[in-house]
Amino acid sequence: MAGFASPDAFCPETSALQLLPIRFERLDADRFLVGNMVGDLAEMTAAELDRLCTLDIAPGDGLYERAFEKLFIGAVDERAQQQLLALRLRSRLSFLRAATPLHLFVVTLRCEHTCPYCQVSRQSKDRVRYDMDQATASKAIDIALCAPAPLIKIEFQGGEPLLNFDLIRWIVVTAKQRAVRRGKQLQFVIATNLALLTDEVLDFCAEHDVLFSTSLDGPRDLHNRNRPRRGQNSYELAVAGIARIKERLGADRVGALMTTTEASLGRVEEIVDEYLRQGLDGIFLRPLSPYGFAMTTKQFHKYCGQDWLRFWKQGLRYILDINKSGRRFPEFYSTLMLRRMLSDEPIGYVDLRSPAGIGLGALVYNYDGTVYASDEARMLAEMGDRSFALGNVDEHSYRDLVLSDTLVSAVADSLTQTAPQCSSCVFEPHCGADPVYHHATQNDVLGIKPLSEFCLRQKGVLTHLFELLEHSPEDAAILRSWAS
Amino acid sequence: MKPLVLLGRSPELELTGLGTQRQCWRLQSPHSIPASDRDAALIAHHHDWELARANGYQLAIGRDARPDGISLSYIRLPGGFAALGDGDVVGVYPQSGRVRVLYRRSSRHNFFLVTERCNNYCLMCSQPPRKVDDGWLIEEIAEALALVDPATPALTFTGGEPLTEWRRFVGLLELTRDLLPDTAVHVLTNGRAFAAAEVAKAWAAVGHPKLSAGIPIYAAVDHMHDYVVQAKGAFDQTVLGVLRLKDHGQRVEIRVVLHALTAARLPETCSWIARNLPFVDHVALMGMEHTGFAIANDDLLWIDPLDYQQQLKAGIEVLATAGINVSVYNLPLCVLDPSVRPFAVQSISDWKNAYVPECDGCSARGDCAGFFSTGRPKFSRGIAAI
Repeated sequence: MAGFASPDAFCPETSALQLLPIRFERLDADRFLVGNMVGDLAEMTAAELDRLCTLDIAPGDGLYERAFEKLFIGAVDERAQQQLLALRLRSRLSFLRAATPLHLFVVTLRCEHTCPYCQVSRQSKDRVRYDMDQATASKAIDIALCAPAPLIKIEFQGGEPLLNFDLIRWIVVTAKQRAVRRGKQLQFVIATNLALLTDEVLDFCAEHDVLFSTSLDGPRDLHNRNRPRRGQNSYELAVAGIARIKERLGADRVGALMTTTEASLGRVEEIVDEYLRQGLDGIFLRPLSPYGFAMTTKQFHKYCGQDWLRFWKQGLRYILDINKSGRRFPEFYSTLMLRRMLSDEPIGYVDLRSPAGIGLGALVYNYDGTVYASDEARMLAEMGDRSFALGNVDEHSYRDLVLSDTLVSAVADSLTQTAPQCSSCVFEPHCGADPVYHHATQNDVLGIKPLSEFCLRQKGVLTHLFELLEHSPEDAAILRSWAS
Repeated sequence: MKPLVLLGRSPELELTGLGTQRQCWRLQSPHSIPASDRDAALIAHHHDWELARANGYQLAIGRDARPDGISLSYIRLPGGFAALGDGDVVGVYPQSGRVRVLYRRSSRHNFFLVTERCNNYCLMCSQPPRKVDDGWLIEEIAEALALVDPATPALTFTGGEPLTEWRRFVGLLELTRDLLPDTAVHVLTNGRAFAAAEVAKAWAAVGHPKLSAGIPIYAAVDHMHDYVVQAKGAFDQTVLGVLRLKDHGQRVEIRVVLHALTAARLPETCSWIARNLPFVDHVALMGMEHTGFAIANDDLLWIDPLDYQQQLKAGIEVLATAGINVSVYNLPLCVLDPSVRPFAVQSISDWKNAYVPECDGCSARGDCAGFFSTGRPKFSRGIAAI
C-alpha cells in the first residue's frame, strides 16, 4: 500500500488565490454582511473582511473555508467556482427568456368605493368614457398573445372590474379561443373588492377557471375606514365574498392583499388575525405606493419607510410565532425575498427584477386603449404624467411596444447591475429596478438610492431576514420552508 | 458476521473440451433444455447429473463431487460458497481453478467491478485501487451481460474508477442499454473524467433513460475534498464534471461518506449543495464501511455516528427544505436522531449485510439498514433495540 499524503499537500499556493467578485455592507460596529454576485451572504467581522480582501487567509484558518464555500475566493487554475457563479447568474436572469407573462386589462376606471388611498384615481360615473370597449379589448388580446411567455396571465383591473363584467366574460372566452392557435396557456385573475360578486360571476369563473384577488385591510373598523363605500359595508361584502368563492370554487381560488395605511401601523396582529379568521393561506404586508389619490389626499406621506419597516417586523414576528404553533401561514413579501435569497429560480414578481419588469414583465391596457409599462405607470398617467405610456392598441404591435424608445431607455437607464449604489450593494442580486417609482418620487428613473424609500425598505427587509436566517434557528427553519 | 463468499477456488474442476480461457456460465435447472451454449446445469440432487447429460448440457456445476461413471464436464463449488440459483452467472478461470459469482438473479444489489484502477486514492476506500492491467474485466462483463436476466430491475458498475478507460466503458454502457433496456444502471464514479467535454458528451449520447452517475463530494472546499481523495485538483474536476453531466440532462447522485473529516462540516456542505447543485437528482449521506483503507486510517477517520447526529440533522433539514431528494445510507436506525430516521434507507448490499445480537429484540429491524459485515466492523455506542 502506498502512503497517504498529509493535508498540507493539498493546500493551494497562497500566490494562486484570487478574490472573486464580492460586495459588502456594514451591519453594525464590527459586523459586515458579505455577498457574492449571486446573492450568497456571509457575516464577517471587520478584521475578517479585511483579511478576505487582502487574501490574508490560508487553508485551515476557518475563514478560507467559509469564503470558498460562498464562492468569494478561488485559485487561478480552478474553473468550477466561476462556472458555478456563471450558471447561477444565468438561472437568476432566466425570467428574460419568457418575456411579458402578465397582462393587465383595466376594463373600467369606475368604482363604487371611495377609498382615499386609491392609487388609480377611480371615477364614479360616465360609463361611456371610463369603460373599455370590445374593439379595444380585442386588440389588447392580440397584443398579449404575441408575448413570448408560454403562460400568459390576464389580470382584470379597475376601478372595480365587476362593473364591466360583460366585457370580462367576452375577453375570457375570446382569449381562450385565440390562444389555442398560438399554443399559449392562459390564466385569468379578477382584482375586485367583491362587493358586486354574484352567482352569475361565480358560475362563469367556475366554468372558466378564473381566480380572484381581493383587498382585505384588516378587522372591520380598519377596513371600512380605509375603504369607504355607501352603506359602510365594504368589509362585510369582502368577507362574505371570500367565503362564497372558497365554498363555490375552492380555498385556493381567492387571495387577498392588504394595504398599510397610517391607521394600520399599530394593529398588525389584529390584521394578521383577520386573515387567519378568514382562512386565507398567508398575508402580504404591503406598503402604500406613491400614486393616485394616495398622493392627492396625502395618505402616502402620513408614514415613512421606517414606520412601515417597524410594522412589517412586528407582523413577521407575530406570524413566525403562529407558524411555530404548527399552522403554515407565510408572509408573502418575505417569501418573495427568501426565494431570491435561498434559490436561483427566477421569481414571477415583476416589481423586483433587473432589467426592470416594466413591459418585459407586464403590460397594462388602459380602458381607453393606451398601453402602459406597468400598473404604476397608468396610475401615474391618471395623475397627468404620461412618461411611461408606450403606445396604444390601435396603432402598435407587441414588438412596437416593448421596443419603444420609452421602454428601452427606462429599462436601460435603471439597471441595478450598473447603477451607482446598486452595483456595489450586497443586496443587489435580491433586489430590482423600479424606474416608475423613482421617476414618481425623484423625477429620475435611476433614482438617488440613499434618498429612496424603496431602497430603505428593501435593505431593511433583507437585512432582517438575513439576521433571522443566521441567528434564529427556529425562525430560519420556518422561513426556509416558505421559500420552498 | 461474515459476508457471502462470492469468489473461491474450486476443489475439483474438469473442463474437457471447453478450453482453458476465462469463461462465463449461466446456471440453469437441469430439468430444462439449455437455452444457449453458455448455460450450465446447476446440480442439486444426485439424479440431476443424468438429467443434465440427457438434456444436452456441456457443463455441470454443483456442491457435491461428481459421481463415478458420469463423464460430463463439471465444476465443484468451493465449500462455504454463496447459495446459487437459476439464472445466476459465474465467471470461471480454468488456469487458477477460481470461480467468481458475477450476477445473482434474486439479488437487488448486483454490481460489476469495472477496474481496480483509480485516479483517486481515498483515505477510506473500501476497494483500495491497484495499478494493474485489468482491462479484461470489461470483456468479461460484456460476456456476462448477455446472460443477465433482462427483467433485472437495477445493476451497478463500480471500481476503481469505471471511466479509467472511458471509451471502452461507454461501449459497455451502450451494450447494457441494448441488452437490458429496462434495467436501471448506476455508475459509481469520482466524476473527474466528465470535466472533459467529450466524456460527458459520449456518456449522454448513450441515451439510456435510466442511467445515473453516483459522484462523491466530501466537502465544498477544495483542499478538504482533495485531501480525502488524495488528489490535488480533484474537487475542481468533480464539480465541473457534475455540471457538465447536468448540462446534458443526465441523472446525478451526490454521495457524501461520513467520517471524522467530513461530518464536522456537513451542514455547510449540504447548504452548498442546496445553493449550488439544487438540480442533482439525489444526495446520499453515507455511513462509512470499515474496511480497506478505512482500517488503515482509522485514527483519522473514525467517529461514532452518534457524535455527528446534530450535523446530520442540520444537513438533511437544509437539503429537504430546498426540495432535494436526500437519503441516509448504511447507518442503523438506533443511532440516528428520530428526525433523521425517515430518510434512512436499507442500502447495504445483501451479500455484506448483517445484524448484531441487539437487533434480535428490535421492533425496527425490518426497516433497518443494519451493518456491514466486511472488514473490521466498528460499532457505535448507541446501538440498542428500538
